[in-house]
Amino acid sequence: MIPRHFFIALSILLAAVLGMSLYAWHMRGRAAATPVPSLDSGPVVAPVAGNTERVTLFVAYDDIEVLRSQSAQIPMPSVRQQRAEEVLRTLIALYLDKSSPHPLPPGSDIRSVYLVDPGLAVIDVNAAFADGHRSGVLAEELTVTSLIQTLSENIPGILKVKILVEGKQRDTLAGHADLSNFFDVSAINQLASELQSAQ
Amino acid sequence: MPSTSPRVGTATPSTSSGRALGRPTGRSPGARQLPVRFDLRGALHLVFFLGPVLLFPVLLSAAVPQKRLSIYSTVANYSLPIVQRQGRDYVGLLEVLEPLGTVSAKADGLHWRLHYNNILGEFTVDKNHARIQGYDADLSAKFLMENGRGLVPLAALNSLLPRFLGGPATLHEDSNRLFIGNVATHFTASVAPDDPSHLIFQFTAPVNPSVATEPGKLHMTFSHEPITAPASPTLTFASKNIPSAEYSESNGAAQITVTTTVPLMAAFSNDGRTITLTPAKSQPAAAPATALKPSLAVPQNVPAAQAPATPSSAPRRYFAVVDASHGGSDRGEALSLTLAEKDVCLAFARRLRLELESRGISTLVLRDSDADLSIDERAFFANTTHAAIYIALHAASSGHGVRLYTALIPYADSDDRGPFRSWPTAQASSIPLSQVAAASVTAALKKAEITVRSLTAPLRPLNNIVTAAIAVEVAPPASDVSALAAPAYQQLIAGAVANGIVAIRAQLGAAP
Repeated sequence: MIPRHFFIALSILLAAVLGMSLYAWHMRGRAAATPVPSLDSGPVVAPVAGNTERVTLFVAYDDIEVLRSQSAQIPMPSVRQQRAEEVLRTLIALYLDKSSPHPLPPGSDIRSVYLVDPGLAVIDVNAAFADGHRSGVLAEELTVTSLIQTLSENIPGILKVKILVEGKQRDTLAGHADLSNFFDVSAINQLASELQSAQ
Repeated sequence: MPSTSPRVGTATPSTSSGRALGRPTGRSPGARQLPVRFDLRGALHLVFFLGPVLLFPVLLSAAVPQKRLSIYSTVANYSLPIVQRQGRDYVGLLEVLEPLGTVSAKADGLHWRLHYNNILGEFTVDKNHARIQGYDADLSAKFLMENGRGLVPLAALNSLLPRFLGGPATLHEDSNRLFIGNVATHFTASVAPDDPSHLIFQFTAPVNPSVATEPGKLHMTFSHEPITAPASPTLTFASKNIPSAEYSESNGAAQITVTTTVPLMAAFSNDGRTITLTPAKSQPAAAPATALKPSLAVPQNVPAAQAPATPSSAPRRYFAVVDASHGGSDRGEALSLTLAEKDVCLAFARRLRLELESRGISTLVLRDSDADLSIDERAFFANTTHAAIYIALHAASSGHGVRLYTALIPYADSDDRGPFRSWPTAQASSIPLSQVAAASVTAALKKAEITVRSLTAPLRPLNNIVTAAIAVEVAPPASDVSALAAPAYQQLIAGAVANGIVAIRAQLGAAP
């Protein structure tokens, strides 16, 4: 005769096995019902093609509150708009580096640069760029001047620049630098000269 | 024919416990008599329970003043009653538009059509939408009709009126004040430069407020004038007698409450555009103080010719406007865990005002409290005061010393047309003067051995100001950010900036 306690333990185990089986069956059904996203095989960023070129970057240095020009050898595409984006992304990458002289918030990026004839460039930065930017007249001015001066130095023919954030106009970068207006490149050239001279 | 009178005349108790108070009257049998029987306990119950119920609405109506909408326009200033329906404020649309043009309305079942000049508005009872000239307009609540009178929610006037009038209409919903077109009357307040016990209010149009007093306060209530709030609702003054004034709005009126430590007199001059508050002792004889406390004599509507011929009664202009940047919800840079840029700016602005005033420079602090002010409002107030110089104040945690900025004009080709300046480039013609000011302040700061740097910056509202305009960004003297809040450091910089402004007072011209 089967002992009573053995019979109870066996019943519990069988019930558990049955329950687990039902649960596994249920989960399998749900997994089958969930559509599997098709793999996106498209490129995330356009591959940079072309020969490397020497570009001039205007880099902000917070500790001495100046803008300094420095050269960099980078692969440059042939299309003007892509060249503009590439040179600015190189500048941003420099600011995102651990040893950055003018740190930008993590995730900062250039979404796109639009070149509109005659002589208008629209720089579209992402939200992380503006939302996490340090506040302060000089801190914001150094960023804006660095971007515009670098762009106009390497992409000839730009007379005016507009900066957008996530494709939309914003009043200021981080409470100070005015983004509601266009920037006159000749005025920024003058400002860059002022910022290149140490105080 | 049996008469009813003998039965009626026999008064019997109506209840077992009641006692008859009415007695049969000795009227002729033919006269009709009403049964008049009183029960004392019942009557007392009636008085005690029904009395308060009947009295409550009477008391309530006396305690709560009727809500009114004050409307200001170039055609007329008038007020209308506001009615409460379904828990919302409503006004008669016909009555709102009637003084402004030719208007007619017709009710047709549930539909109500209103013609204003050539504009047709179609409304339907219990609908949240209307059609104005064929276009949908949101009413935010149901349209109501009472005896052929169309009632619209008060809040809907903001969107409805521009459709009918073809121009802007601004509703101050909290205070029931409606401004149609550009009719606002602005004002400034400052102590007289020659006598800090005198407070001078300058209005952009004649005013005639009712003046009332209570111990320590003087209230000026503007029921018929489109007075609008100053840059900061709380104004403080460098005066022992009159330390502050407060602007407020409620139920269709604006009120300025002046805090005072002495009895005050109000004198009107400059065709009602200037009100000068002076300590009462200076004019004991000229006070027709019939309606006021003897110690608080406030003559009203004194013609200009009778007003005290003091220099302070002339229209006054500020030499300098100091703008404490940020404020309210805009905290500016978080300088430290506890220190916000807006607070440093305000403290520094007040200190700079003291320094400038002590050097004979009349100064208005644009944001004299923790108020939210837009950049455009700052530029507007700075320009309308016609000051000789505008100084914006900022603070930063990075770097050290002081940075001075003049405007970076966004583009060279200005859109100025005749006397009208293009808003983004309004500063263009004043850039040379601004640079002179920046150079002078730079020199003064260097003289005080403060590290200073002068730059241009894309910093609004500098480019919107039509006079000399500079921005001062104060950074800590060393790495200690808390020094920004230190009175000694603020004093050092404020003194140097004031010295720099005083040094070019003649060049800036336009002195008041």
